[in-house]
Amino acid sequence: MANKSDLVLDVKNLKTVFFTNSGLFKAVDDLSFTVKRGETLAIVGESGCGKSVTALSLMRLVPDPPGRIVGGSVTLEGTDLLALDEAQMRAVRGNRISMIFQEPMTSLNPVIRIGDQIVEAVRLHRNLSRKEAGEIAVEMLRLVRIPEPARRAREYPHQLSGGMRQRAMIAMALACRPALLIADEPTTALDVTIQAQILALILDLQRELGTGLVLITHDLGVVAQTAQRVIVMYAGRKVEEAGVEALFAAPKHPYTRGLMASIPAVPASGAPAQARLNEIPGTVPSLVRLPQGCAFAPRCKLAVKRCEAEYPPLADWGGGHLAACWRAEEVAEVA
Amino acid sequence: MTEALLEVTDLTKHYPVRAGVLRRQVGTVHAVDGVSFSLGTGETLGLVGESGCGKSTVARSVLRLVEPTSGQIRLEGEDITHLSKTALRPHRRSMQIVFQDPFASLNPRMTAGDIVGEPLAVHGLASGKELEARVARLFEQVGLRPDQMQNFPHQFSGGQRQRICIARALALEPRLIVCDEPVSALDVSIQAQVINLLIDLQRQHGFSYLFIAHDLAVVAHISHRVAVMYLGRIVEIADKDELFRNPRHPYTQALLASVPVANPLAKKLVPLVDGDVPSPVNPPSGCAFHTRCRFAMERCRTERPALLDAGDGHQVACLLNEGTGRNNAVA
Ligand SMILES: Nc1ncnc2c1ncn2[C@@H]1O[C@H](COP(=O)(O)OP(=O)(O)OP(=O)(O)O)[C@@H](O)[C@H]1O
Ligand SMILES: Nc1ncnc2c1ncn2[C@@H]1O[C@H](COP(=O)(O)OP(=O)(O)O)[C@@H](O)[C@H]1O
Ligand code: SF4
Ligand code: SF4
Ligand SMILES: [Mg+2]
Ligand SMILES: [Mg+2]
Repeated sequence: MANKSDLVLDVKNLKTVFFTNSGLFKAVDDLSFTVKRGETLAIVGESGCGKSVTALSLMRLVPDPPGRIVGGSVTLEGTDLLALDEAQMRAVRGNRISMIFQEPMTSLNPVIRIGDQIVEAVRLHRNLSRKEAGEIAVEMLRLVRIPEPARRAREYPHQLSGGMRQRAMIAMALACRPALLIADEPTTALDVTIQAQILALILDLQRELGTGLVLITHDLGVVAQTAQRVIVMYAGRKVEEAGVEALFAAPKHPYTRGLMASIPAVPASGAPAQARLNEIPGTVPSLVRLPQGCAFAPRCKLAVKRCEAEYPPLADWGGGHLAACWRAEEVAEVA
Repeated sequence: MTEALLEVTDLTKHYPVRAGVLRRQVGTVHAVDGVSFSLGTGETLGLVGESGCGKSTVARSVLRLVEPTSGQIRLEGEDITHLSKTALRPHRRSMQIVFQDPFASLNPRMTAGDIVGEPLAVHGLASGKELEARVARLFEQVGLRPDQMQNFPHQFSGGQRQRICIARALALEPRLIVCDEPVSALDVSIQAQVINLLIDLQRQHGFSYLFIAHDLAVVAHISHRVAVMYLGRIVEIADKDELFRNPRHPYTQALLASVPVANPLAKKLVPLVDGDVPSPVNPPSGCAFHTRCRFAMERCRTERPALLDAGDGHQVACLLNEGTGRNNAVA
């Protein structure tokens, strides 16, 4: 079991809402989870389920308006980030907690040399001369395996390939050795051979630096290959959480089960050509008009009367395997 | 072997790269560089490869949406490479395309019904009540409700919009549908719905798909045969099962090893290639993969490997083992 001091991040009952023309909705609703030192927690779900809003909430970067964090706590190394004022938060952001995005140009400035950007990021948090920070920048570029790091440090973002820009962004995010790194779909825009390189790099560095990692993805393959623990989100809520092996061996929530059955696999020998996939019928509900009970009920084969009336609580089905489903116990037999 | 519906021979498409005020040509993009394949009736050929390797350019050349620099495209036995616009018209009906982005490819000001019916109206094949009835039938075929014909594209979800695109492609009863990343923009659960729909429609109508995607699992799932492209060339082509069980080209092997398998107990990801894909502007000499290949030999820098028969219905372009590539089974 984890020692309390091993805990890097402790999120409790996080709730983030958006006020839009079509109404108020909860993009993240009552979300709790923890991340330990050196641990990888994957958050998986379909588009719009609240993954990025969760990440932005942890970073205190939710655009306000239209969004606002309205409840819960985000405790990083013992400090509740939601209680900090903006100046205090600036001292933490990019220092103890960092984020990398799907699109590297979200965090890279196109008109500043790569090395100088890392220097600025480092000097914001550490009392170092330009020269010392410059050495750290080159060292970081070497760490993310950019060839000829000293030369690359003098180049602008557009002079790097997509994969290299991703590496540069990672270098910048890790320059201050944060306790927690949040990676929001870091490889979604990349080709599969580059994705493999970047994922391997992130995991290597995490091991080396002992960073806690929240990896956000919609790809169950990426989850299986990287995470120790997994959270499955649906319509702003956590519907399942488990260790990665338990989750893939015996998913407890019908949605997780459906997702796993709907991804095509590279064929095992003897698999019939063109077998139909199991599909989840229907589409993700609009967050503005969520059903009263289980949000998955309109698409769920197992739904019963109760599901439409009452939201199922997250229950522990043994060994920290959580699922929010009235029929979780039967899922393996029925589905 | 059935008669080939589509036969592409030595297809090449180059684009000039211009620079400076005089717009002088400073290089050439080798978007597609000598691609040959054939596609049988009722068959699905998957085309995979990394971004920029020329998949869409092949697709658009086949449909004559771009003019090839050289090579030949035969549809149902007839050479259509140089047909004029009018001469091409009857063939246009036999080939349709479905794009990746179901948002960009639909006119936001037209109703879904009008979008689907437009090809029928343009070709003068139906009008009035008859047109409406046919569109309603197309809606049902792709799993939409006829009462949704009055709705506009923004009132549909991404998956439904892709269904509209498919219904429109079906309207003229084509023999070939080119699908350029048709499910890449969709969520996994919706992706499965659209893949199933494409498979079902093929079973009912017997048409052929040229199916492009960068997701190997998706391509593996839907295709009968698969071609792997790298920097404008086909490096390997084989029956689906054969290709995935016994990939012979080092690039195909690297590609397969990079796919994250959705099983935490399976072998962990191994990046088998370093670096990025080189630029298609003046690509590497010899075997274009030699800059990243773990098995590259001296001659790979100068000799361009031809796509040769390597047994088991496999064609491979690699100089190893007298042109049969690397045998995965003995590695
Ligand atoms: N009109 C054009 N002018 C110049 N270069 C072009 C043109 N169209 C395509 N190219 C180039 O040709 C190459 C192949 O492009 P293509 O769109 O066929 O790739 P692709 O395999 O479909 O890639 P993706 O997976 O990103 O869709 C690329 O380098 C591209 O930049
Ligand atoms: N700036 C914003 N304004 C309004 N709605 C937003 C904003 N950002 C996110 N949302 C909404 O919040 C929900 C969750 O979004 P997000 O967390 O980005 O999903 P994902 O899981 O795909 O990352 C979605 O319904 C999205 O449309
Ligand atoms: S609570 Fe009911 S509707 Fe929701 S997932 Fe479980 S069985 Fe399905
Ligand atoms: S021809 Fe040479 S460089 Fe090309 S794939 Fe084969 S071994 Fe590698
Ligand atoms: Mg997101
Ligand atoms: Mg393309």
